[in-house]
Amino acid sequence: MMQSATPVAEQTVGRSLARPVYQLRNVSKSFGFGRIRALDPVDLDLREGSFSSVIGPSGCGKSTLLKIMAGVTPPSTGSVILDGKPVLGARREIGMMYQQATLFPWLTALDNVLLPIRIRDGRAAAEARRKEAQDLLELVGLKGFDKVYPRQLSGGMAQRTSICRMLITEPQVLLLDEPFSALDELARDFMNIELQRICLSRNATAFLITHSIPEAVLLSDVVYIMSPRPGKFLEAVHIDLPRPRTLEMMTAPEFGEYVRYIRSRLDEGAVTA
Amino acid sequence: MRSFDAETAPRVLGRPVTVEAGTFPETVWSEQVAWIDRIPRVVAMAGLLFAVLVVWWAVHHFEVASRIILPSPAEVGRDIVFVGKNILTGGYMLSALWTTTKEVLWGFFFAVAIGFSLGVLVGETSFGERAVLPYLVAIDTMPKVAFAPLFLAWLGFGIASKVALAAFIATFPIVVGTAAGLHAADENARMLFRTLGASRWQTLFRMKIPTGLPQIFTGLKIGAVGVMAGAITAEFLGGGKGFGELIRVAASQLQTPRVFSLILYLSVLGFLVFWTVVVLERKLVFWHRASVTGIDDRR
Repeated sequence: MMQSATPVAEQTVGRSLARPVYQLRNVSKSFGFGRIRALDPVDLDLREGSFSSVIGPSGCGKSTLLKIMAGVTPPSTGSVILDGKPVLGARREIGMMYQQATLFPWLTALDNVLLPIRIRDGRAAAEARRKEAQDLLELVGLKGFDKVYPRQLSGGMAQRTSICRMLITEPQVLLLDEPFSALDELARDFMNIELQRICLSRNATAFLITHSIPEAVLLSDVVYIMSPRPGKFLEAVHIDLPRPRTLEMMTAPEFGEYVRYIRSRLDEGAVTA
Repeated sequence: MRSFDAETAPRVLGRPVTVEAGTFPETVWSEQVAWIDRIPRVVAMAGLLFAVLVVWWAVHHFEVASRIILPSPAEVGRDIVFVGKNILTGGYMLSALWTTTKEVLWGFFFAVAIGFSLGVLVGETSFGERAVLPYLVAIDTMPKVAFAPLFLAWLGFGIASKVALAAFIATFPIVVGTAAGLHAADENARMLFRTLGASRWQTLFRMKIPTGLPQIFTGLKIGAVGVMAGAITAEFLGGGKGFGELIRVAASQLQTPRVFSLILYLSVLGFLVFWTVVVLERKLVFWHRASVTGIDDRR
């Protein structure tokens, strides 16, 4: 399981018995010929259909970890296995989302959604998936926005378009780098519930980086707490709340208990660093 | 009646007003529109032109400067009509204008082709950035007009030497614009393309070049202005059959009205080249704001 100071209890939740899709063994990253340690060796298993979050102070190597998992940056040591095959570069099974929507202003919303297909399989394939892209836009409440250019979209609408762009390739694994942190709280809650619905309906495995403890607790089966630089996993907190999660759960006492516990662990990490 | 001090007094169109006690004025504070913003743009432009002409006429009339050096607006106007007739009736001035036009267009063509290619080399490849860029910067700091005698010696007194200098001057801003444009894409966009497994070619044409188009067009607009300067300078120094030669001859004969009117027609040519680039920019970079004058005012 995990290399961590605290032994992690075997998972007891039914969902967690599913096979591991993502496996990281001894993955670390350092820069400047080993002089700067960004990420200490990490072991991680993500089980199919699970939702995991990573929470930790800024600069603890969360984004580096995500880039390594996505096959965009090679690790300094260790290996990443996705679906039984090592990750050696970009993989089709992976869908990513970032804090910024990163839509291209010269493409319409629909063409932005179709961009991954256009890049991977060419124009004809993208044309063939037009209907699907329209359906996705409709799914996130952007029906009729096909021909609209990104400058006419609000922040939340742009981020929803970028969800569609991630989903058009039907990824098994979603890597999410603070996807909704630029949105206001209402939009953020709404998007989080949407995200859960999408993950559950597709049995997708999700890995979320966030700064918000309540967000992590609301969405996740497991919350990983990271220490400041060089980043390493301090603890894996299993969130034993029923699915699907609702916003009302956020007012429940157990929810507050999880938030308080993670908060205290983060504070300890910050002090000992 | 109540009196108010200047700070807190209710205002109408920016001016303080007195308000009857117990009554409520309809407008107490509203925005003021400056007089210059109330008149149409065309009227403002025409007014300024008229003012300049009046000053010019006065300087001529009271002989502040020698009349040989500064002709009257009327003389220049008559000469503009004369040159215009010559051009429209296919006289020798039309062929001179055509010669200069050819130089400018060929010069711009070569500047765009070479400038864009070098820009991609410098902006996209490590070799270009590390090995080629320092030389380009070094050459760019030289006064490029000083190369004119070399081009004349190498390419002769025909159109080729003028095209060469025009292209030489216009190439550098296009290189710089293209290279800067290719660096304009942010880290997120690069990450996205990497996660999509995009090839270098796809990344260049689907992301980096479109992202950099505003900068590339800034380079093209500076180049479009430089290409005229290059062609005319080469004609001044190397003769030939173009408009630059006509200006040089007119000036040497102290035909100052002719010099003015020839410059006016040249500026029409320059404006057309520049405007073509601006129109193309509006078409291609429709998502980006470019002002009416074509001057870059982004952000």
